[in-house]
Amino acid sequence: MKFLTTNFLKCSVSACDNSNDNFPLSFDGSKCELIQDTTIEFNPEFIMNVIDRVDWDAIVLVAQELGNNSLPAAKPVLGSVEGLTEDDMAVLRDLHLLFIQTSIKEGEMKCRNCGHIYYIKNGIPNLLLPPHLA
Amino acid sequence: MGKQYLLYMVQVHLNFRRAELESLADLFGITSINFDNYSEDSPFFKVELDNDEQARDWIKRSILTRAIYEYWGEGENMDQLHTSIQNQPFYEENKEKFANDTFKFDFESYRGYGKFDRVKQIESFGYLAFKGKIRMKNPQQVYTLIDEYVPISENIGGIVPIKYYFGRLIQHGNRQAVEKYDLKKRPYKGTTSFEAELSLVSANIAQVKPGTFMYDPFAGTGSFLVAGGHFGALVIGSDIDGRMIRGKGASVDIGSNFKKYGESERFLDVLTMDFTHNALRSNLVFDTILCDPPYGIRESIKVLGAKDPEKFIGKENVEIDGEKAFLRKDYIPTKKPYSLDSLLDDLLEYASQRLPIGGRLAFWMPTANDEDVETVIPLHSNLELKYDCVQEFNKWSRRLLVYINRGKGYDGTTNSGLQRSTANFRDRYFTNFNQSQK
Repeated sequence: MKFLTTNFLKCSVSACDNSNDNFPLSFDGSKCELIQDTTIEFNPEFIMNVIDRVDWDAIVLVAQELGNNSLPAAKPVLGSVEGLTEDDMAVLRDLHLLFIQTSIKEGEMKCRNCGHIYYIKNGIPNLLLPPHLA
Repeated sequence: MGKQYLLYMVQVHLNFRRAELESLADLFGITSINFDNYSEDSPFFKVELDNDEQARDWIKRSILTRAIYEYWGEGENMDQLHTSIQNQPFYEENKEKFANDTFKFDFESYRGYGKFDRVKQIESFGYLAFKGKIRMKNPQQVYTLIDEYVPISENIGGIVPIKYYFGRLIQHGNRQAVEKYDLKKRPYKGTTSFEAELSLVSANIAQVKPGTFMYDPFAGTGSFLVAGGHFGALVIGSDIDGRMIRGKGASVDIGSNFKKYGESERFLDVLTMDFTHNALRSNLVFDTILCDPPYGIRESIKVLGAKDPEKFIGKENVEIDGEKAFLRKDYIPTKKPYSLDSLLDDLLEYASQRLPIGGRLAFWMPTANDEDVETVIPLHSNLELKYDCVQEFNKWSRRLLVYINRGKGYDGTTNSGLQRSTANFRDRYFTNFNQSQK
């Protein structure tokens, strides 16, 4: 499961939709095995589109939980695709490495509201629920 | 004043062809296309466009178009063709404009093949007086002579053309994608994998755009994710059946398909998830939702929950090795049957919430052909049903339904699943559609 996906997942339990704590799910860094696939191609325009859609606070929080404390507190502000500076490109490269090339191979994530645990096995998150929560 | 162009399309999937052309025109903001000359009976379509750039945009992604040409003339025989070319109002201008460009001649034949001396044919165009060099590789201009025949029988093509067209190639369609994504050459596929051609056409009609987000809630082996990725979207999928999306190990799964196609950066993830118990945060916008929901034929339709809830009372307290069983890594949740109608209602409601205004939902729905009951298409008050494209099989058919999100103010017709007739599609399929439904 790519790091970026952590920014899209909330708790599956519908009762938790009434809480502000159902997103992002909480990650225990010590239980997560991270891998990097540097063969995935870098496409600056693509990353720029992605930045527009992410919840930055959640990105920072989950990155910290997984042991990365280097992200700025505020979402980076970039120019247009045509007018990207060297610095902008460096930021985009870093985010490409984090968002797309970094993934969680094995691990678990927990709802901050109800405490339900979801597992990531062989890179695929399992968001299914037991009948009493479905 | 616009220019005349000639489209040369494939003569298959006729119910999808115009929808694809209209959707691509709309995608590129081309509003002026007049479909009066369009006919399902012909692969040719003469149309007026502003300029070559517009023609290129329109056709470069088209799966069901072979090519678009700048129209130079037509005739029932070669003499008529040459007269037609030389009598066009734009003849002198075109001749001048490309006179010094490198060029070659190309030939296309529709429904037959005449035995021509092609060199002699080329020489008969001598009056065009091109001064540029002939180049077989990467010429600046390609002039194409298309001959059309009436086939002698279903399997034997004609020998004497009934019509000739001549034009300057502007843009090939995207037919090579059909080869590239051919299921025969795909590393990971399954019994439910969707053929390349119509999945790509679906993505075109759904207007999947580069740099946008596409979601397939019934991803299976990822056929539609691949199609969306081809057109440059970041794709995410989910499926309640984890076996499908896991694939056959690290080198044979959905991700490895994207690797093979050189489009890994467009594939985000597939999640083991019940679409009706959705874990994708509710303020995440998907520009396109494209899918083939389970018909209940190869797999029955299931969602999370107990079929017999009484059996599961108190099960949440079961512990294994001092741990709640349902919180263990190896826990497998139970599932219950669900109807196709309810699932489609859920899908429409979800699309109305997650798509931007103008965003498209496209999905496939099966119907039995012999049913005396009229097929009822699911409708939602916020969604405009834009296309209903039918693919016929022997005793059943499936249709691509395409909706546009118009938002709350749209106030369209709505119908609930209970009134519709597809719920027993699985039963009908296995009884060969013989008995009429009671």
